[in-house]
Amino acid sequence: MQRTNREAGFRAKEDRLKDQLVRGLAGDNVAYQVFLTELSAHLRAFLRKRLVRLPDEVEDLVQESLLAVHNQRHTYDPDQPLSAWVQAIARYKLVDLLRRRAAHEMLNDPLDEEMDIFSTADADAAEARRDLNKLLAGLPDQQRLPIVHTKLEGLSVTEAATLTGMSESAVKVGVHRGLKALAAKIRGVQ
Amino acid sequence: MKTDDLISMLATGAGAISAPSATRRYTAAIAWGAAGAALLMITILQVRHDLAQAALLPMFWVKVGFVASLASGSLFAALRLSRPGAKLDWVPVAIAGPVFGMWAIAAFTFFDADPLERSKLFFGETWKTCPLLIAMLSAPVFVTVLRVMKELAPTRLRLAGFAAGLLSGAVAAVVYCLHCPELGAPFVGFWYLLGMLIPASIGAFFGESFLRW
Repeated sequence: MQRTNREAGFRAKEDRLKDQLVRGLAGDNVAYQVFLTELSAHLRAFLRKRLVRLPDEVEDLVQESLLAVHNQRHTYDPDQPLSAWVQAIARYKLVDLLRRRAAHEMLNDPLDEEMDIFSTADADAAEARRDLNKLLAGLPDQQRLPIVHTKLEGLSVTEAATLTGMSESAVKVGVHRGLKALAAKIRGVQ
Repeated sequence: MKTDDLISMLATGAGAISAPSATRRYTAAIAWGAAGAALLMITILQVRHDLAQAALLPMFWVKVGFVASLASGSLFAALRLSRPGAKLDWVPVAIAGPVFGMWAIAAFTFFDADPLERSKLFFGETWKTCPLLIAMLSAPVFVTVLRVMKELAPTRLRLAGFAAGLLSGAVAAVVYCLHCPELGAPFVGFWYLLGMLIPASIGAFFGESFLRW
């Protein structure tokens, strides 16, 4: 009985999140924000369970997965279970992180790891270590300005276009490419 | 940046999604790649001079049917592997089906033939160059298909690379049919397949670096 209740709970949650995402994909930004917020809590729990020994990486990976979900949201097919789609992305990013770390550790002095002990404090755990603002600042202007104006300052595409002297389509392309470039910077490419 | 700030940044002005569907992206990639392969074939190899007569033979169409069905099977695989969490249950059937079908025809032709003719059926005239030429012709499709795949979201990179390579090999083989003088089923079942497996292996081997996103 309990088990069926839990399953029903999962299904209800899946349906609700899926509904929010589908509305978001259709242009409802409020529903999309609710979706991302709820998703981030699930991602955090999912990744924390799998990164018990690397608690400092959890929040960075939550952010990286959210960015991946956003950049790749056009690959979601509403006929497909949302949990399968999200989990495949989170697992992919998790494996990518572990691979990156393994490569990094092979090249670096293992002493580094011991010194890390002192920089690990509980209060830090909820904060992302990697500052996306800094990565954002490193993007070229034609990508950075559209993101800053339309996504941080909340201007419309038209306003951002007038302000920067770019065309509206260049603003849209700049946002799209900039977020992709941000994901690439996180991966350590470029 | 805090996670909540990132979320509001991503959601602000996100708008409706207007990206073309995966099927349309792949169709365009295959069309461009196939045009490139055709151009290569015409300039380097030339169309076989007796194509009109060859097109009257059933075996010509068996050959084209084999590579074309393998192309659609591997396109199906590529589409599935480009989407996180998609089910792969029919993918092995879509790829193995055409291969086993061709092998059945090849085995029948082979054992039905006079023993003295068998080696000719298997080696034909061009076994030394056929796989390499198919691999060469696959290059344009390989490039366009990998670019599309990377824009989507493959999560099993080796398998995805394999599917992309096989797709490019199969499209190249369709183009190669317009040049190739061979009509032996055992030849097609082995040397054509080998040619298509060259880009597929390259894709599987380098998938993790080519397709990382």
